[in-house]
Amino acid sequence: MENSQYAESINNIIEFYDNEPSNLLQILLKVQDKTPAKFISKEVGNYIAQKLNIPSSKVSEVISYFDAINTSPKGRYIIGVCNSTACFANGYEKIGKVFENELGIKMGQTTEDGMFTLKYTPCFGACDIAPAVRINNSVVGNLTPAKVSKLLKNLKGGGSNE
Amino acid sequence: MSKANFITKEFGSYKPYSINEYISVGGFKGLKKALSQGYEKTIEDVSASGLQGRGGANYPTGKKLAQARSAKGYGNRYVLCNADEGEPGTFKDKYLLLNGIYQVIEGIIIAGYCAGANKGYIYVREEYTFMHKDIEYAISQVYKKGGLGENILNSGFNFDLKLFSGGGSYICGEGFAMCESIEGKSGRPRSKPPYVKECGLFNDPTLVINTETVSVIANLMKYSVEEFVSYGVEDCPGTKMISVSGNVSNPGVFEVEFGTSLKKIVQMAGGNIEDVKFLQIGGASGAIISSKLLNAPYTYSGMKKVMGSIGSGAVVVCDKTVDVIEYLAVVEEFFHHESCGKCVPCREGNRQLSLIMQRLKTKKAKINDLRNYVKIVNALDASLCGSGRTQIVPFVTAYRYFMNDFKSKIQGV
Ligand SMILES: Cc1cc2nc3c(=O)[nH]c(=O)nc-3n(C[C@H](O)[C@H](O)[C@H](O)COP(=O)(O)O)c2cc1C
Ligand code: SF4
Ligand code: FES
Repeated sequence: MENSQYAESINNIIEFYDNEPSNLLQILLKVQDKTPAKFISKEVGNYIAQKLNIPSSKVSEVISYFDAINTSPKGRYIIGVCNSTACFANGYEKIGKVFENELGIKMGQTTEDGMFTLKYTPCFGACDIAPAVRINNSVVGNLTPAKVSKLLKNLKGGGSNE
Repeated sequence: MSKANFITKEFGSYKPYSINEYISVGGFKGLKKALSQGYEKTIEDVSASGLQGRGGANYPTGKKLAQARSAKGYGNRYVLCNADEGEPGTFKDKYLLLNGIYQVIEGIIIAGYCAGANKGYIYVREEYTFMHKDIEYAISQVYKKGGLGENILNSGFNFDLKLFSGGGSYICGEGFAMCESIEGKSGRPRSKPPYVKECGLFNDPTLVINTETVSVIANLMKYSVEEFVSYGVEDCPGTKMISVSGNVSNPGVFEVEFGTSLKKIVQMAGGNIEDVKFLQIGGASGAIISSKLLNAPYTYSGMKKVMGSIGSGAVVVCDKTVDVIEYLAVVEEFFHHESCGKCVPCREGNRQLSLIMQRLKTKKAKINDLRNYVKIVNALDASLCGSGRTQIVPFVTAYRYFMNDFKSKIQGV
């Protein structure tokens, strides 16, 4: 990994954050964003620790603490179904089931083709369009079963809901 | 008492991310006024407005600014604008960031000036990543106009501001946890004392202040304390941003006068009063109150009377199709998921409470589960941070207002 293009982009991110260990969370978020499978591997965690000159245990602790940092490979689209209060009042459970059925996976799993990861996630502030899902960095709301099918069809066809 | 326009007065009349348009509607007049009248008078004005922190803890903002000013420190002094907005059902800070980012920044600079701070962060939750670039752009525009950096508007005051992204942790909305995460650690609260105000970020004096609170400060300076207190009621002047969601046809963010009745709030959002079973007010850690109490005025004291609080300004409306026990199980799932595990009452209590809620939900609970429920909820009071301690509220209020719903889930009762 030392001389790869990927390592180069990690170096750039670390440099952007002044090689400053206190910026660890920001560095991890940006590195993950640059990683196709949207996760921080052990190897990458160690690499970052070494670059910042801090113990790798410190890096792994932060990685495991924050929900936004993944420790295993994820799909191209990470679908987070909100399971908090306003989405509950508007039937998130039914919507979650539709996603599971359409994708043929359970919450927490990734489709075999690596396209989709499905999970429950706490409120992300889209309660006014509940039930809502977060897909990578965008949000889709007022979901109905028909809307979910259409949404997934679009994403599978390479549509732009990123 | 109804909708109002003080914080949001100019919203919609200018392009939110155009600094020139913001200036054309009087933007940065508040900052200029604060800088010219001095920090003492500015803190006095904030105190006179009766403004209380809008992040959930209701601490008087004027007092907080004065304490920030007098905190002993020998190096940097920080302001952390809290845009972590993690309480389920809350999205008013998102609204303020989207529609009034320059007003937020202006308020942060004024707060920083009052606190004698030289560095600030706006801590925006990771879930709002889609806004991060725009916020950073806005910050850069303010630098260009001389509103940030050295010698701000030729006043001699220096202040730097940066965005810091959260990492998807609700607990990082708590002051110490936020400091820890900015220091590159996992975001767990520290025990008090010392307090964040004296010994916060990198052990320096730190003012943690909510996004709405700074938005109010900006317009308090731009307009006047008199105008602000002309809204609301005598024991609770001013206006409040609320997020209304749930079973209503017109959910959204509203600015309301304090003293508006809960009933009116529900109707404002298109809810049908006859259909309402309960409301949860103030976020996941807020009270669950019965529809019989909808005449209560939305004020700090009015909410206290129904065992509730203003909290984060969230109002989740639930109609008769929603089972209150299942709802409470959703609340518990949230706290169980978010507990940082640092202290025993919260870590263990939530593990047990979560099991009890599952049994209640599936009608497999025994009478003993109810006794343990009460015991655990009381024990959570000994938690280290506000999360464990305020989490009690929905459980106590639901138990009080919906006893029969609990009983109907118990075997053999
Ligand atoms: C677990 C926990 C989460 C919190 N989350 C937030 C939050 O998301 N936003 C916020 O402004 N305050 C939050 N607070 C309250 C802050 O600790 C703090 O009181 C507040 O930001 C101070 O600003 P204010 O005085 O303007 O309200 C939280 C507190 C706790 C204990
Ligand atoms: S109360 Fe909960 S969230 Fe707060 S410190 Fe204890 S375990 Fe962590
Ligand atoms: S409760 Fe689902 S987005 Fe807020």
